[in-house]
Amino acid sequence: MHPVLLNFRRLSLYLLGWAFLAVLVADQLATSGDLGWAVGAALAVPLCLGYAFVCLSSWYVCRLTPLRLRTVQSVLTVHLVASVVASFLWILIARAMVVALAGLKLFGGSREHLARATGLLFGLGVVFYLLTVAMHYVLLASEASRQAEEREAQARILAREAELRALKAQVNPHFLFNSLHSISALTSVDPSQAREMCIQLGDFLRRTLGLGEKSMVPLREELALVESYLRVEQARFGPRLKFEESFDPGALDAAVPPLLLQPLVENAIVHGISNLPEGGWIRLVARHERDELALVVENKMDIETPSPRRNGVGLKNVRQRLEACFGGRARISAGRDGDCFRVSLTLPLERKAGEP
Amino acid sequence: MAEGTRKCRAVIVDDEELARRVLRELLRAHNEVEVVAECPNGFEAVKVVAELKPDLLFLDVQMPKLDGFEVLELIAEGPAVIFVTAYDQYALRAFEAHAVDYLLKPFGADRLKVALERTKERLGGKLPPPAELAAAARPPAQYLERIVVKDGSRVHIIPVAKLDYAEAQDDYVALAVEGKKHLKQQTLSNLEKGLDPERFLRIHRSYIVNLDRLGKVEPYGKDTHVVVLTTGAQLPVSRSGYARLREILES
Repeated sequence: MHPVLLNFRRLSLYLLGWAFLAVLVADQLATSGDLGWAVGAALAVPLCLGYAFVCLSSWYVCRLTPLRLRTVQSVLTVHLVASVVASFLWILIARAMVVALAGLKLFGGSREHLARATGLLFGLGVVFYLLTVAMHYVLLASEASRQAEEREAQARILAREAELRALKAQVNPHFLFNSLHSISALTSVDPSQAREMCIQLGDFLRRTLGLGEKSMVPLREELALVESYLRVEQARFGPRLKFEESFDPGALDAAVPPLLLQPLVENAIVHGISNLPEGGWIRLVARHERDELALVVENKMDIETPSPRRNGVGLKNVRQRLEACFGGRARISAGRDGDCFRVSLTLPLERKAGEP
Repeated sequence: MAEGTRKCRAVIVDDEELARRVLRELLRAHNEVEVVAECPNGFEAVKVVAELKPDLLFLDVQMPKLDGFEVLELIAEGPAVIFVTAYDQYALRAFEAHAVDYLLKPFGADRLKVALERTKERLGGKLPPPAELAAAARPPAQYLERIVVKDGSRVHIIPVAKLDYAEAQDDYVALAVEGKKHLKQQTLSNLEKGLDPERFLRIHRSYIVNLDRLGKVEPYGKDTHVVVLTTGAQLPVSRSGYARLREILES
């Protein structure tokens, strides 16, 4: 689990750092301890190597003491206490080493010399320990930012998948076959209208095809798509389908996810108009209110129809995509009000649409 | 009708004007078939079939108010039926399984000819029970939202939420709705299959109850019980029905 022990490159760099510190300690022992260079180095190198691993333990202390969740005082206290303990341990090891080596001629008298350098050694131990604390916090921060990036990438993939699913579900086979059947009826009775309907259907299909690559489109483009869809349905339903729209001119440039409204209008046809023998209306409203865009799709529905399907696929899809695009900044509500079924969307007003 | 051979009298049922028109036009090539009526919805279809007693019915599946299967339920015996649909994988499977003819939109003269020939061969043959066909055509895990009942020439649409309970009466089920009882020619088991088991429970060989109407359960006699509905009605509970009821109430 330790980020330095597990990674060979990090461990080498870490030990290299300690090698410099060992030179520093050897120098201090040699001069202040009056031990001479050879003895100083012979003591400093193993001491520092051992201490390097002792200091790695501060990783666990750092992990338990996240900077953001604790006060400065408590963080400082924790690490100061830990560094004092570690350094004290270090001094004990140094003493033990000197005692063990006392028999050798080279180390004769080093015990007294070391005693003189103890204060200094202790201070260095504290400082070194605190340095590794700082290093561990840097490692923790970089780890956290890497995880955040990963999460963000994951969210982007999810959003793209939702979009693809939505797109695949778009051209409802029912719609396509029924439209073809209507065209086939028109070819003999009204050839020019049959041609007109082919063109409308082609227009609608072409508009849906290009949308996969775009993350946002201007509202006017989405509305054009909805209108081309409705023109095809108009040919099928004839006077049974009435369509009204009302837009703030300023709202038309707002950026919206593509195919945001089309599934809702399709729902209005499938669950609303097609259940009404005498037909009904669909109304589309777009308003901009300060920094928000308000969209409403409402349709007449049969009062006798039991409450609308609990799991409307279209509505669920729109909800998910709003969530993926705007997080908590977009709202959606749906419900019936007498013979009117209404879906209201509120999204943050953004105008960077236009480019893919 | 002046010819020696009797013509096949057909009715076209479709809510889309253009769809009716295509069929009428294609049928013009078939002298043996005469279109006697066109209906834009299921209500009309039920009425027209009762009045005109046609031999053949072209029946759209997706229609407002009454869909094709519901129309079939209400006309009982009578005409041969050719279903017409745009795209409905479950319905197609049901048609195949029950050897019912169907036309897929968009269709042309050739396909219509095949369907007519097949129907001629089968004319006089029996249609599958409509409820069975409708159940097979329903997507899995989707239950009835409404029940259609014919009362003389009137058609009632009963949302299942309004159904208090259903009682078996010989070949019929009596549906208790808002203090009234509607009779429908159907078996109780068949009705049970269409109802959401989370909302309706068979408490007795002869009774299905709407769980929303459950008032209390009281012992009755030695080891039988009765349920008292919020409407005041009392229904007997069989021993196995009581076990099922306890299971639901305790979970």
